[in-house]
Order: sequence, then C-alpha cells, then structure tokens
Amino acid sequence: MIFFWAFVVGGFICVIGQIMFDVFKLTPAHTLSTFVVIGAILDGFGLYEPLIAFAGAGASVPITSFGNSLVHGAMAEAEQHGLIGVVTGMFEVTSSGISAAIIFAMIGALLFKPKG
Amino acid sequence: MANNKKKNLTPVQQEYQTFEKQRETNRPVFKNCVKAFLTGGTICLIGQGIQTFYIYNFNFTEETAGNPTIATLIFLVLLLTGFGIYDRIAQFGGAGTAVPVTGFGNAVISSAIEHRSEGLVLGVGGNMFKLAGSVLLFGTFSAFVVAIIKTIITQWGGF
Repeated sequence: MIFFWAFVVGGFICVIGQIMFDVFKLTPAHTLSTFVVIGAILDGFGLYEPLIAFAGAGASVPITSFGNSLVHGAMAEAEQHGLIGVVTGMFEVTSSGISAAIIFAMIGALLFKPKG
Repeated sequence: MANNKKKNLTPVQQEYQTFEKQRETNRPVFKNCVKAFLTGGTICLIGQGIQTFYIYNFNFTEETAGNPTIATLIFLVLLLTGFGIYDRIAQFGGAGTAVPVTGFGNAVISSAIEHRSEGLVLGVGGNMFKLAGSVLLFGTFSAFVVAIIKTIITQWGGF
C-alpha cells in the first residue's frame, strides 16, 4: 500500500512544481528553492513527519524533504546543546544527500565527457 | 514587474509586446501536469523500492532508510546523466524530474561534467553548485530561521 501512496504523493508534489513552472512561469531554480523553504516551514509546524510516515519515499524523495531534514537535524542537536546546536546539527541528517552529490559529481566529471 | 517595464517603452515597442504575447505558444499545462505526475510518481516509486530493500536487508529503520535511498538515487542519476539519458527523461517529465532529489543530483553532476574542460579546480570545483547552490542556500537559511524560532519557543517559552 505504501508503494501506491508513494507514487500518488510524489507525483502530486511534482504536479505542484509543474504548475509553478507553467502557470507562474518560475525558473526551475526558483521553484526548487521555494520547495525547500516550504519543506522547512512544514517541518517547523511538525506537519512533514506525518506525511513521510504516510507516503514513505513519496515524501522523502522530493526536494521538500531536504528542508525538512535540515530542520530535523538542527532541532535534534538543539534539544541537547541549546541554540548553538542549531548550527552544529543542521547538516547531520542531510549529509548523505550532499556528500553523495559532491562525490558522484566528481566521479562523473572524471569519467564522462559532456554530451551535445 | 511587467507593468513597470512597459512604462519605459515607446508605443511601437508596447505594440510589439502585445503582439508577441498573442503569438506566444500556449503551454499545454494539463498535459505537462500529467507527465510530471507520472514521471515524479515513478521516481518516488523506485525510491520506495530502494527504501524497502534497505529496510529488509540492512537493518535500517523506516526513519533512517531515507538517507541511503537518496544516496543510491543520486548514484543512479550519475549513470543516467553521464550517458545522457536523464536529459531525455527530463524533456518528457518536466518538473517530475526536477522536483525529486534526482533533479538536485542531476543539477550538480551535469554542471560538474559540463565544466570539466575548464579544469578541475576552476571548472568542476567552481561551477559544481552553480544551479544547486540556491537550493542549498535557501534550504540552509530557512531551516536556520525555523529551527531558531522553534528552539526559542520550546526551550524558553515553557511549552
């Protein structure tokens, strides 16, 4: 069942992005930045975690989950160390995505030649 | 924005702009949305498959399985981008390929590959986050603001 909801919720989030592309004529960079900010704010109100529990990868694969995980890491550390934890813990949860992107991009740059 | 621009133009230019607007091809919004839904849904479905694989085989819980899933998806994007397949999918899927984390990965990887000819330090290193940098900036800053507010409310507000 979670596969079905992952498909529907993930697809629906992408439709919102497509509407921002086509109807509001935003560039992809603007759209993605907006999504990340929305994800962070949703997690601030504690609304994103239930969505992940409900839709699994449908909520954790779209870029909104990046903002959500940033807030999550910051909050987890802040509970232990107070305000300074917000800065020290921020990338704790998202490090896999960022380091994977950097490492694989470097490997890609070494292996592949640009196309067209 | 559009109105401010119009004031500085001569009547002929204004006329041309309205003419251009009429001739602009309308984007097939509904068709694009369906494509985005199918593509984005499929990517999330693949992600869910990878996530389930990690939960059952590597003792990840549902909460922690998201991290290796994202790393695996970005690895797949490396292959797809390197062989030039991701561009074709993106042409069909629109936002369906941009909004999932694969779009972020593709932005980083493609700019790294593209600027390889300018050298490793100035080309790859300097341009890697050209497109994805805004996502990192606004994500980090908004998360900072949200987390600060939330910490102040929960720790000092006595809730």
